Amino acid sequence: MTSLVVAEHVRRELRPVTLELVSAARELGGPVAVAVIAADPSALTDAVNVEGVDEILAVRVEQEAFENDVYQQAVEALIEERSPRAVLAGFTVDAMGYAPALAAKLGLGFASDVLALREEGGEIVAERSYYGAKVNAEVEFPGHDRVVLLIRPTSWQPADGSGSAAVTEVAVPAAASRARHRDWVEVQAGDVDITTADLLLSVGRGVGEKENLEQFEELAGRMGATLSVSRPLVDAGWMPNSRQVGQSGKTVKPKVYLALGISGAVQHLAGMKTSGTIIAVNSDPEAAIFNVAHYGAVADLFEVADELDKLY
Amino acid sequence: MKIVVCVKQIAALGDEVEFTEDERDVDPDFLDHALNEWDSYATEEALRVREASSNGEVVVVTVGDEESEEAMRRALAMGADRGVRIWAEELAGADPITVARALAEVVRAESADLVLTGVQSSDAVQAATGTALAELLGLPRVAVVTKLELGDGNATVHRELEGGLVDVVEVDTPCLLTIQTGINEPRYATLRAIKQAEQKEIDVREPGDLGAPAARVRRMFVPPRGEGAEMIDGDAAAIASRIKELVGEKMA
Repeated sequence: MTSLVVAEHVRRELRPVTLELVSAARELGGPVAVAVIAADPSALTDAVNVEGVDEILAVRVEQEAFENDVYQQAVEALIEERSPRAVLAGFTVDAMGYAPALAAKLGLGFASDVLALREEGGEIVAERSYYGAKVNAEVEFPGHDRVVLLIRPTSWQPADGSGSAAVTEVAVPAAASRARHRDWVEVQAGDVDITTADLLLSVGRGVGEKENLEQFEELAGRMGATLSVSRPLVDAGWMPNSRQVGQSGKTVKPKVYLALGISGAVQHLAGMKTSGTIIAVNSDPEAAIFNVAHYGAVADLFEVADELDKLY
Repeated sequence: MKIVVCVKQIAALGDEVEFTEDERDVDPDFLDHALNEWDSYATEEALRVREASSNGEVVVVTVGDEESEEAMRRALAMGADRGVRIWAEELAGADPITVARALAEVVRAESADLVLTGVQSSDAVQAATGTALAELLGLPRVAVVTKLELGDGNATVHRELEGGLVDVVEVDTPCLLTIQTGINEPRYATLRAIKQAEQKEIDVREPGDLGAPAARVRRMFVPPRGEGAEMIDGDAAAIASRIKELVGEKMA
């Protein structure tokens, strides 16, 4: 039975999660169809024609940019057309805008932020995290012959190798779009580019007060490191977005990533887990950051920072 | 201007964990509760919209047992006018589509000009309830909003994509928006406001037809650690000197 992958793209470029979705879909067995919903799908069909894809569904829509009503209507039409067992999209901002609506409307099974997937006796079993990623759970979909799964980015290797899938054009009715794209606003460039730094000193919520940031800025300077931060410090307005590591910030891959007081939210880990060497200091021995760190220390970040101040 | 904010009392795990006998959830004794962080931003945004219009009302709605009224009282202490709590035993550990179904009837009856939810809850991280609810209510919606400007018959919002790119979206109103952290600075409730919130009305309702669950937890477990970090022992001085050594080594 078919798995339907919804390709994700922005400003005419395929988002990398799309090829990860192909890998996830292959775990379910059965043919994999990839839907490209775009104003000009032909510009993207080559990019999704990788090994393991059996068919590419080219769906032409009026809208150049993602609009949630347009995607919902197109995917509904594709479900009608192909009767897939599973619909896979990324656990991404775009999919958050239409996939749950699809599940609610059609009464489908649903799980998001899925990090592992398998078929067991004909039933789909998905794995996802709960309670700050400290526990995982197997989730089942009793009574559902169709499920919508939003897949955690960077959990699967992207599918590669050239494919030979046929491209089928599928016409869908035009959607009345109630939330319309108007413009793009780029991230402010900022004073430094954290993506090119070899050594990042990264701090998070653990710094507590804005006034405490200065110590870490100075320490970073003396270490020859660039200071980066996790999302809460940007939300609080203490640091510009250009310094943020994570899914809604920058993806970084320095030689050394030194994380002080960062617990390791999934969105943060997605932005730094491929760093050369990760060293983490956190007062919570169960902090998720220790799952990706190469070296860890359970300690108070200020005490460690004070000692580092003496050494650099 | 009437604004409905859907909020959730979240549960957080401490250092230790034990599971319930059926292994489908964490033993409640090991959980601490709080108002979901995203929902405090949604509540703040609703209060700002109300304050900008001459007369308005902010209604907070939650799905939860009696204990969850504590989180709702936080939102009331911030300044929301009244609350509605929806509960039935079968909603314990419910999936987000089922939660949206439980909310739909109550939220529809409020005929709000604007419905806000948080993007996601910190304990389940499904990021689905708001968008599913919009569908059930027939409302236009935008997920992951970091800026809101209300116009006449529409709103202009910022939708924050991965990598920080912002999609400027014009959405018809009434609508439902899922609110991202950082959109505003949630106010602190004063002690007086917390006292006053105790007196605010919380209406308790039962949900309508919930339909079949969209998913069910079969088994919860502590994930096996990866290779794991090599832990550095000793006091802060020892840790710092080992860090310096490692940085020197790995940067060479």
